[in-house]
Amino acid sequence: MATLKDLKIRINSVKSTRKITSAMKMVAAAKLRRAQEQAEASRPYAARMNRMIASLAGAATQAGGPKLLSGTGRDDIHLLVVFTADRGLCGGFNSTIIRAARQRVRALRGEGKTVKLFCVGRRGKDALKREFGDIIVGSVQDVTRKGVAFASADELAAQILKMFEDEDFDICSLLFNRFQSAMTQIITNQQIIPASVPEVEEDSSASESGALYEYEPDEEAILAALLPRNVATQIFTALLESNASEHGARMTAMDNATRNAGDMIDKLTLNYNRARQANITKELIEIISGAEAV
Amino acid sequence: MAETTQFELVSPEKLLYSEAAEMVVVPGTEGYFGVLPRHAPMISTLEPGVIDIHQNGSVAERIFVAGGFAEVTETRCTVLAEEAQVLKDVDTAKVDSEISDLRDDLKDAKEELDRERIERRIKILEALRAAAD
Repeated sequence: MATLKDLKIRINSVKSTRKITSAMKMVAAAKLRRAQEQAEASRPYAARMNRMIASLAGAATQAGGPKLLSGTGRDDIHLLVVFTADRGLCGGFNSTIIRAARQRVRALRGEGKTVKLFCVGRRGKDALKREFGDIIVGSVQDVTRKGVAFASADELAAQILKMFEDEDFDICSLLFNRFQSAMTQIITNQQIIPASVPEVEEDSSASESGALYEYEPDEEAILAALLPRNVATQIFTALLESNASEHGARMTAMDNATRNAGDMIDKLTLNYNRARQANITKELIEIISGAEAV
Repeated sequence: MAETTQFELVSPEKLLYSEAAEMVVVPGTEGYFGVLPRHAPMISTLEPGVIDIHQNGSVAERIFVAGGFAEVTETRCTVLAEEAQVLKDVDTAKVDSEISDLRDDLKDAKEELDRERIERRIKILEALRAAAD
C-alpha cells in the first residue's frame, strides 16, 4: 500500500505532465491553423499548373513527349519518397506512414521490382533504416521546422530530378499523409514521375477558349520547363499536407493525453483521500481504545 | 469602362494578385507581349522581367517576376511565377549586397548542382537590379 507521501508525489508528477501535454496541444493547434492556411493558399498554383499540363500533355503525347511525361519505358526501379515528421509525440502519425511504406516496399519486391527509398523527416529514416538501410538513397531533415518554404521543395525536387537524369530509377512516387481533419489523415500514394496527366477540365478549357492554345516557344520547350516545376509543386503540396497532418495528429494525441492525465489525477486523488481517511480513523480508534483501557 | 482581362499572379505559396486590368505586358521568353481582352489563347514561358499592369491608359503596377509561365485565354491572363516582387518596394541596396554575397558563395561552391543554382539566382537578381533602376 502506497503511503500518503508517495501518492502526493505521484499526483504532482502527473499534474506537471498534464501541463506539458496541454501546452503542446495549444502549440500544435496554433501551428495546425497556420499549416492549414498555407496549404489552402498553395492550392491555386497547383490547380492552374494542372490545368496547363492537361492542355499541354494532350498536344505532346502523340509526339512521344519528354521523359518526365512518358517515362523511361521501364518500370523496374521504383523510388519511394516517404514523408514523416521530425519529431514524435504525435499519435499514430509516423507509425502508420512507416507501416504503409514497409507494405509498399514488400508489395513491389513481391512483383520483382527494385525499390529505393528517400526519407523526408527524421522519424521515417530512423525507423526504416533498420530493415531497409541498404536501399535508402537519400534523406532530408528539419524541412518543416520553420514552416514549409517552396525553396526546400525545390531543392528536394532538384535532387530527385538529378537521380532521374542519372537513370537511378524509372518510377517515382510520394507516400504521405493527406490532411483530412485533425482526427484523420489519409495515407496517399502519388506517382510523380512519369507525371500522371490530370484529366480535369479537358472539355472546359476547350469550350472556354473555343480554340487550341498557341505555344511560345513551342510545346516541347514549355513542357521541358513545366514538368520539373510540376515535380517541385507536387512535392511542395505533399510537404504542406504532411505538415498539416502532423500538427493535427499531434493536437489530437496531446488532447487525449491531457484527458488521460486528468482521469489519472482524479483516480489518484481518490486513493489519496481514502488513505488519508483510513489514517484518521485508525488514529481515532487508537485514541478511543487507549481511553477505554484506562 | 472598357473591356478588361482578369489578371492573376500566383506563386507556389499563394495567390498574390487578382484584378481586372485593361492590358498586361508580360516578359515572355521570345520577347515581351501585351495581353488585351480577347487575346488568342496561348501558353508561354517567362524570363526574369517586369510585368506591367495597365489601368485607364497608364501603368498602374509594375511587378518583377523571376520567371515562370503565363496562360492567356480570351478573358484572363494567369501568370505562375516562381518569385514576384512589386517593383517599387525593391530595396536596391539589399539586392546589391545579396548579389555580392552570392558571388562569394559561388567561389566556395564545389558541387555542380550548387553552382548551377547560385548562378541562376545571380542572373535573376541582376535582372531585378536592372529593372529597378
